[in-house]
Amino acid sequence: MSGIQALTEDLSLYVHWPFCLSKCPYCDFNSHVVNEIDQSVWRKGLLTEMKTLAKNTEDRKLKSIFFGGGTPSLMEPQIVSDIISEAKKIWRVDDLLEISLEANPSSLEAKRLHLFNQAGINRISLGVQSFNDITLKFLGREHDAADSKRALEIAKKTFENVSFDMIYATPEQTIQDWASEIRQAIEFSSNHISVYQLTIERGTAFFQKHRKGEFQMLNGETLADLYELTQDKLGSAGLADYEISNHAKPSFECVHNLQYWKMKDYLGIGAGAHSRLTDKEGVRWAFRTQRAPSKWLSETKAYGHAVAEKVFLSLEEQIFETLMMGLRLKKGISTADFKNTFKKSIEEIFTRETLEILLNERLIEMDDKSFKATSIGRQRLDSLIQFLFSDFDLNPHSSFFSRDPVS
Amino acid sequence: MGNLSKIRNFAIIAHIDHGKSTLADRLIQVCEGLSEREMKEQVLDSMDIERERGITIKAQSVQLKFTAKDGDIYELNLMDTPGHVDFSYEVSRSLSACEGSLLVVDASQGVEAQTLANVYQAIDADHEIIPVLNKVDLPAAEPERVRNQIEEVIGLDASEAVEISAKTGLNIKAVLESLVEKLPPPAGDKEGPLKALLVDSWYDAYLGVIALIRVYDGTIKKGTKIRMMQTGATHLVDRVGVFTPKLTEVESLGSGQLGFFTAAIKTVADTQVGDTITEDRNPTSVPLDGFKPSVPVVFCGLFPIDAADYEQLRESLERLRLNDASFSFEAETSAALGFGFRCGFLGLLHLEIIQERLEREFDLDLITTAPSVVYKINMNSGETLQLHNPSDMPDVVKINSIEEPWIKATIFVPDEFLGPILSLCTERRGEQVELTYVGARAMVVYKLPLNEVVFDFYDRLKSISRGYASFDYQMDDYITGDLVRMSVLVNAEPVDALSMVVHASQAETRGRELCTRLKDLIPRQLFKIPVQAAIGGKIIARETISAMRKDVTAKCYGGDVSRKRKLLEKQKKGKKKMRQFGRVDIPQSAFIEALKMGDS
Repeated sequence: MSGIQALTEDLSLYVHWPFCLSKCPYCDFNSHVVNEIDQSVWRKGLLTEMKTLAKNTEDRKLKSIFFGGGTPSLMEPQIVSDIISEAKKIWRVDDLLEISLEANPSSLEAKRLHLFNQAGINRISLGVQSFNDITLKFLGREHDAADSKRALEIAKKTFENVSFDMIYATPEQTIQDWASEIRQAIEFSSNHISVYQLTIERGTAFFQKHRKGEFQMLNGETLADLYELTQDKLGSAGLADYEISNHAKPSFECVHNLQYWKMKDYLGIGAGAHSRLTDKEGVRWAFRTQRAPSKWLSETKAYGHAVAEKVFLSLEEQIFETLMMGLRLKKGISTADFKNTFKKSIEEIFTRETLEILLNERLIEMDDKSFKATSIGRQRLDSLIQFLFSDFDLNPHSSFFSRDPVS
Repeated sequence: MGNLSKIRNFAIIAHIDHGKSTLADRLIQVCEGLSEREMKEQVLDSMDIERERGITIKAQSVQLKFTAKDGDIYELNLMDTPGHVDFSYEVSRSLSACEGSLLVVDASQGVEAQTLANVYQAIDADHEIIPVLNKVDLPAAEPERVRNQIEEVIGLDASEAVEISAKTGLNIKAVLESLVEKLPPPAGDKEGPLKALLVDSWYDAYLGVIALIRVYDGTIKKGTKIRMMQTGATHLVDRVGVFTPKLTEVESLGSGQLGFFTAAIKTVADTQVGDTITEDRNPTSVPLDGFKPSVPVVFCGLFPIDAADYEQLRESLERLRLNDASFSFEAETSAALGFGFRCGFLGLLHLEIIQERLEREFDLDLITTAPSVVYKINMNSGETLQLHNPSDMPDVVKINSIEEPWIKATIFVPDEFLGPILSLCTERRGEQVELTYVGARAMVVYKLPLNEVVFDFYDRLKSISRGYASFDYQMDDYITGDLVRMSVLVNAEPVDALSMVVHASQAETRGRELCTRLKDLIPRQLFKIPVQAAIGGKIIARETISAMRKDVTAKCYGGDVSRKRKLLEKQKKGKKKMRQFGRVDIPQSAFIEALKMGDS
C-alpha cells in the first residue's frame, strides 16, 4: 500500500451549503430552493460533522477552506466565522490559510461582502457568468451585468483575492460575442477567473429543454474556437490558464482547487460533499455524505455525520484519478510526487509505445521533473486519458502491477 | 375427383402490386374456400414478410370447387407462385405443374418488366394464358390502352381479356368461367404407375416436411410406399391432402391433381425439388424432366452486431435453410466485423428477405457487407476458382484472367426518364440490346455486369425515375473483364469487410467515394487518421480524418472525481464494441454505415 507520507500531508476542507434562492437551469450541483431555513440547526450540523470526520486527522495542517454550494453567501456570516474558528481549533494552520467563499453578484449580496470578510473569508468567487444581459437571462441568473460590475468593484475593495466565474458557448454565441465578453472580463478582473464551457447535464432544466429541441448547442469546431480564443486572450492579459478552465495571475492560483487537481486529501462536510482521505494504514478512502438536506441533517444529528457511501480506492483507481486530475494543470504532475506515492514511475506504468505515440503527437511532455499534457493535449484531455489507459483494466480488484510494465 | 375433364390447374402471374394476391383471395372467397370470418387479406402469403411486402416466396396450392354455368362442379387448382426475378426458378417450377395462367395486369399501370419476364416463362411452359385487367374501377384505369399494350408488347390476343376489380369483387365469376372454358384439362394416365412431380417442400413443426406435388399418372394415398427417383430414397406416405386453403386430408390424390403428402421426412434437404415421385413396388419407367438446381449468384457477409449472438445466428441460418435450400452459408472471420457468415443468395431481394427474417423472426441485429457476385478466376496454372468473397482473391500475379457474370436486364420506363436511365446503364458498363416504345413508355433491354447491379443500381433506377421504372433481369453469360480488387485502409490497416472487386475503370471513383464516406463516418480521434483506397500496393484515393479539436470536461473539482472516473471507465468498456486499427478504436457502426452503399 502506498501513501504513508500522506499522514503528514496538508488537508483541505470543503463546506457545502445546499441552498439557493432559485435553481439555475444549467446547474446539476446539489442545491435546493426552500422557503425557510433554520440556520442555527445547520450551524450545529456542520460543526458536528466537521468534528466527527476530522477524527484521526488532527495532526495534519489545514491548507484551505472553501465554502461552496448552492449559494454559501446565503449563510449567516456568523456561522462562517464559527466554522472557521472551530477548524482552526482542530487543525494546525498558518497565515497562508486560504478561505474562499462563493457568492452571487446581486446587489443584496454585494452589500454583505464585508461581513464575510470580517468573518474570516480572504478569497471571494463571484458567479458573474456573463456580461450580457440576454445571456444572463437565458442562464436563469437573477442579476444583470451592471450588478456584476458593481459587485466586482466592491469585492475588489474588500478582498485582495477576487475571482469570478464566466460561462461560454451558450446557444448561438458567436466568436465576436464571446470576444466582447472576454474584453469586459479582463477589464473587471482582479487576479483570478474561471471560465467554463456550458455543458448540458442530466437532471437539469436545460437537459429537458435541449432534449425537446428548444435550443441547440454549438458544434465542436466553434467550441474549439471559443476555447482557443479564451486561452489566448486571457493569457495575453496576464491571466494564464493554469488549469483547463482556470486562469490566474502568478501566485493567485486557487490553493484549495489545486489540492483537488493534485489529488491531495480533502475533507468535505455538508450535504452531498465528497472527500478523499488517506488513513494511518495508508488506505485511501473516497466518501460522500447524504445529498438530501433533510436526510443529511437528521443523520448528522443522530450519528454525528451523514456519510452515505465509503469505498477504498484501488491503486489503479488512484493512479487514474491522479492523472485525470493532474493533467488538467498546465504544470502537470510532479514525477517525484508520483513516484513517492505509487512507488513506480510513469514510464514503468505505461507502455513505451503509448507514451511515444503521445510524445510524437505532441500531446504530452515529460522530463525528470514533470509529466504534463501540452496545450493541445489538455484541450483533448478526456480522449488522451482514455488512450493513456487503454491498455489497462480499471477493475478495482485487478492487479495493475502484475503485468510487465514496459512491454 | 376421378374425371380429368373437370380439373383445371392454373397459376397467376403479375407484376408486384398488380393485384395477384387480392385476386387469389377473391377466387377463394367466391368458391367459399374460407368463410367470411376466416378470410384475412392475402391468405396465401403465410409468412409475415410475404404479407407485408406483397411478395410470395414459397409456392403454394389451393384447391377450389367451382360450379360453372354448365352446371358441373370443377376442381380448380390454383398454384401461387413467387413473382420476383430472384425466384424465377421457383416460378418455372410452379408453372410446370399447371396447364394455364391468369396474366394479371394493372389497368392503369400497364405492362411492367416483371409481367414480361413471367409471361415468357409461362409461354415456355406451354401455358394457355388468360389476360385479366385488374383495378378497372380506378379512375386512372385505361383498359383499352393496356389491352393494346398486351397485344403489342407481349403478342397475346387480349380481345377477350376479363376486366375485373379484385378489390371490389367485380367480374370474379367471369374469371373462373374463363378458366373452365379456356384452359385445357390435365392429361394423364389414371391407371398407370405413380408419376408425380415434387414442386416444393417446406418444414412444418407438427407434420414434418410437407411435399407439394402434381400427380401426372396413377394415385398416391396413405400407406403408399413411394420412391424419390433421383435420390432413391423411399418413404411411407402417412398423409395426403389438399389446401382449401386450409390443410385438408383426402383419401388420395390422382392423375391431374395438385396436393401434398407427408411421410415422416425430417428435413427439406432430404427432398429434392423437381424430383419424380413414384411407387416403390410399381415404378414408372420414365422420370419427369427435373429442374436444374438454383445457384446462389449474390454473396455477402452477415455478422452479428453483438458478437455474443454468433451461435444464435448460426442456428437461425440453419433453421432458415430447412425451408430454403437455395441459400448457402459458411463461417467467415473479419478483422473489422468479427465472426460471421458468408452467405449466398438467388438475388438482392432474396438477400433482403433472409436478412429481414433473421432480424425479425430470430431477433438478431446484423451487419450486412456489400453484396458481391461470383467471379471466375482463371489461374495461370489452368485452374479456375469461384470467388465468393473479394478478400479471398488470390495473388494477382497468379491470375490469368477474371470473368464476371452479366445479366440481361429489361427496363420499362416512362419516356421522360429514358435519358437518365440510359446514362445510368452506360455508366454501369451496360450494352444496349434493344430499345422499343410502347405508347409513352420505353422498353430497354441492356446487358449489364451483375456486380454493377448489386452495387446500388436498383435504388438509383428508382430514384432517377421517381419510382416509375420497373426492372427485371435474367442471368446471361460470364465474360472476361478488366477487374481488380480494391482494398480500403484505415490508419494504414486494411478493412477486409470493405474490400471489393471492381472494374479498373471505376476503381478510382469508387475508392474516392468510399474514403469520403468513411471520413464522414469515423468519429474524430486523438490523432489524425489516413483513410486510403488501394489496388495492390498502389494508393488510388486518400482522405484524412483530422484529429478532434476539443474534448475535455469543463468542470472537474473534488466532488466530480468519482463520477468522472466512473464515466471514463464506462466509456472504456464501451470501446470493447469497437474495432482496433493500429492504436485507433473505430466504432463498428462506422463500418456498418459505410456498407450501406445505397443511400449515399
